[in-house]
Amino acid sequence: MAANDHAEVVLLDLWASPFGQRVRIALEEKGVEYEYMEQDMINKSTLLIESNPVYKKIPVLIHHGKPVCESLVIVQYIDEVWSHKAPLLPGEPFARAQARFWADFIDKKIYECTTRLWKCKGEALEEAKKDFMEIVKTLEVELGDKTFFNGDTFGFVDVALVPFFGRFNAYEKIANFNIEKECPKIVAWGRRCMHRDSVSKILPDDQKIYEFLLMLRKYLGVE
Amino acid sequence: MASDDVKLIGAWASPYVMRPRIALNLKGVEYEFLEEKFGSKSELLLKSNPVYKKIPVLLHGGKPICESLIIVQYIDEAWSGHSILPSDPYHRAVARFWGHYIDDKWFPALTGISRAPTDEAKKEAIEQVFAGLKFLEEVLEKSGAGKPFFGGDTIGYIDIALGCNLGWLRATEKLSGLTYLDESKTPLLVCWAEKFSAHEAVKCVMPETDKLVEFAQMLKAKFSAPPSK
Repeated sequence: MAANDHAEVVLLDLWASPFGQRVRIALEEKGVEYEYMEQDMINKSTLLIESNPVYKKIPVLIHHGKPVCESLVIVQYIDEVWSHKAPLLPGEPFARAQARFWADFIDKKIYECTTRLWKCKGEALEEAKKDFMEIVKTLEVELGDKTFFNGDTFGFVDVALVPFFGRFNAYEKIANFNIEKECPKIVAWGRRCMHRDSVSKILPDDQKIYEFLLMLRKYLGVE
Repeated sequence: MASDDVKLIGAWASPYVMRPRIALNLKGVEYEFLEEKFGSKSELLLKSNPVYKKIPVLLHGGKPICESLIIVQYIDEAWSGHSILPSDPYHRAVARFWGHYIDDKWFPALTGISRAPTDEAKKEAIEQVFAGLKFLEEVLEKSGAGKPFFGGDTIGYIDIALGCNLGWLRATEKLSGLTYLDESKTPLLVCWAEKFSAHEAVKCVMPETDKLVEFAQMLKAKFSAPPSK
């Protein structure tokens, strides 16, 4: 399946992917039109393999036929190309370094841990819950009393984290715990993000995500 | 002036620490190097990087910046002069991607060779290292376009991200007897490695291969059980 030759911006993605959602939220924030191409990760398309030969993963942004891979690299790219609107990274170097640090922290810690929340059972699950709360508490300390991670404006770290917030309800149901009780500030932050058009448009329904994770659990034989 | 005060917390053997050192050298920035003692972490390190408690940490006017490639980008943005990242957004994205790949897949495979629990795992790690070098050879060919470095005529982001690992690559070659930077497989990288290591911003901070071999042997002896007779 070839990309539409007339589409300047093409996104290879999966509806449920939090990494893909980051890119879509960034594109929405910037008001960029793009062609969305849902990928089959079992029978990977030639386009995906050619666009991301190193990882063969989504998301991949193809701009003027040139592919950009890795969600946070793509979000920075989007921020730099469409710099006239909704800046995601702050202007000042130290603040930018802080934003990159926390987005990188989210990448290093959240995905692996949250995968254990829906994949594991018994003692492994209890450990996953403990690890998850520790990570979210660390983020909560960083957020403090700010509206968003960078202050008053929605930005890079918010984009990096909010797709995982979109899965909180599903994690709570599957792992049987209450995130808001221990981390009310992060949950409040997540709800503030959901008021943004870009976020509410892109993040799937809680129920859809919950059913998707249940389906994955079944597929992987976790029951 | 406090804002000109630049310190780097690091250690001689760490490839990650080399990265900001090279970047600071390229920018002509003077800094104080605070060497951490092996086996212990200073109060300053723990205070400056409470999240990971790891080196390197750059302290600029007392403010800490952590994670080596984030530090390199900070150095590029905070000081003018030699540009480390390209100016074009697409090429910047390509550079950041390869920096990520090197840290996410390639270097862990390299260090994983000696730590592999089985022969199969070892073989897989070795394959990953060679596969990575093949990718990077292609990148050098494309982005370098006949020039000596990934950054063109001068050292850039990918050069720093990859080149800092040359010491450990050579040490691994000595310890394993395998040649990773092979002229028959990746001739451009072989040439690049020599030029990079000889660059004035690099040679003063590149650890000697023999010292790294010694260090690796010391680590192995320290962390593994003594061999039974």
